[in-house]
Amino acid sequence: MSVQAAVDKLKARFGDTVLEISEFRGETTVVVKKEEIVAVCTFLKKDVGFNFLTDLCGVDYMGQSPRFMVVYQLYNIGTHTRLRIKAPVAENDARIETVSGVWATANWLERECWDLMGIAFNNHPDPRRILLPEDWVGHPLRKDYPVQGPDREPYQGRLQ
Amino acid sequence: MGVEETLGNNVITTSLDKIVNWSRASSLWPLTFGLACCAIEMMATGAARFDLDRFGVLFRASPRQADVIIIAGTVTKKMLPVIQTVYEQMPEPRYVIAMGACACSGGIFDTYSTVQGVDEYLPVDVYIPGCPPRPEGLLYGIMKLQEQIKRERNSFGAAIGVGERIAG
Repeated sequence: MSVQAAVDKLKARFGDTVLEISEFRGETTVVVKKEEIVAVCTFLKKDVGFNFLTDLCGVDYMGQSPRFMVVYQLYNIGTHTRLRIKAPVAENDARIETVSGVWATANWLERECWDLMGIAFNNHPDPRRILLPEDWVGHPLRKDYPVQGPDREPYQGRLQ
Repeated sequence: MGVEETLGNNVITTSLDKIVNWSRASSLWPLTFGLACCAIEMMATGAARFDLDRFGVLFRASPRQADVIIIAGTVTKKMLPVIQTVYEQMPEPRYVIAMGACACSGGIFDTYSTVQGVDEYLPVDVYIPGCPPRPEGLLYGIMKLQEQIKRERNSFGAAIGVGERIAG
């Protein structure tokens, strides 16, 4: 199934849930409402054949509203097609449903997203940090997190 | 009967110190412990071309049998408790070589996750600059540590429980 056919099928099935469809340099991106993310992902896996979740990550669009996007990079191993799904997540309610029941690999990817970006995943089977120490405070890949950490001044160069 | 005075500053003590220092400097066993790309250079230093064995430097896989820990690579805050535990498990006298820019100062990783120099937590004896240092650099650092060990005083006295070892 081509990407266009997959997007058409998604649109026919979900309608208003699909907020935006865009294409850039041969890559198709579909923005969907976060409330329906599990239904969309299940549909894309079971009925459209995107059987491989290449990556799942969060993006911090600080200054915009909603602030975060959770990005799902999908791949169809059978037809060699790729599709990107994005779900906007607001800063004051930075949580989204887990898709680890759809693709098992989402388990660790969502833990990484929680660890570094601070987006929580509802009903996640193992919602611990994955990279940072367990007692870490904060989420370092957020744009308002200082790169040297909160407890240290940045290095100004030896001449200052 | 017996020697009333503790081992003082006399010629016998000095020569025993020399024997102890010579044996310690000539069988300096580092812990098999690498953290990042510096560890690749450390392995190259240990292998046939540069051959650490000719200095009596044999890597040991247990901290209980190691004399020196070479901090070869980037020290992250998550790895730091492990390094501290391993260091505490080493018997005294123990030495620390900070190999490479990251172990010395954090290097290019001026970030939240990286320790800005392992000397914030461990007493470093030798700093080896470079990113990574070439094997010659590590060899030179180890030889500098051997020189330091050979300058130590009262190492025999400290070994039999008389007084403290005075660092070289």
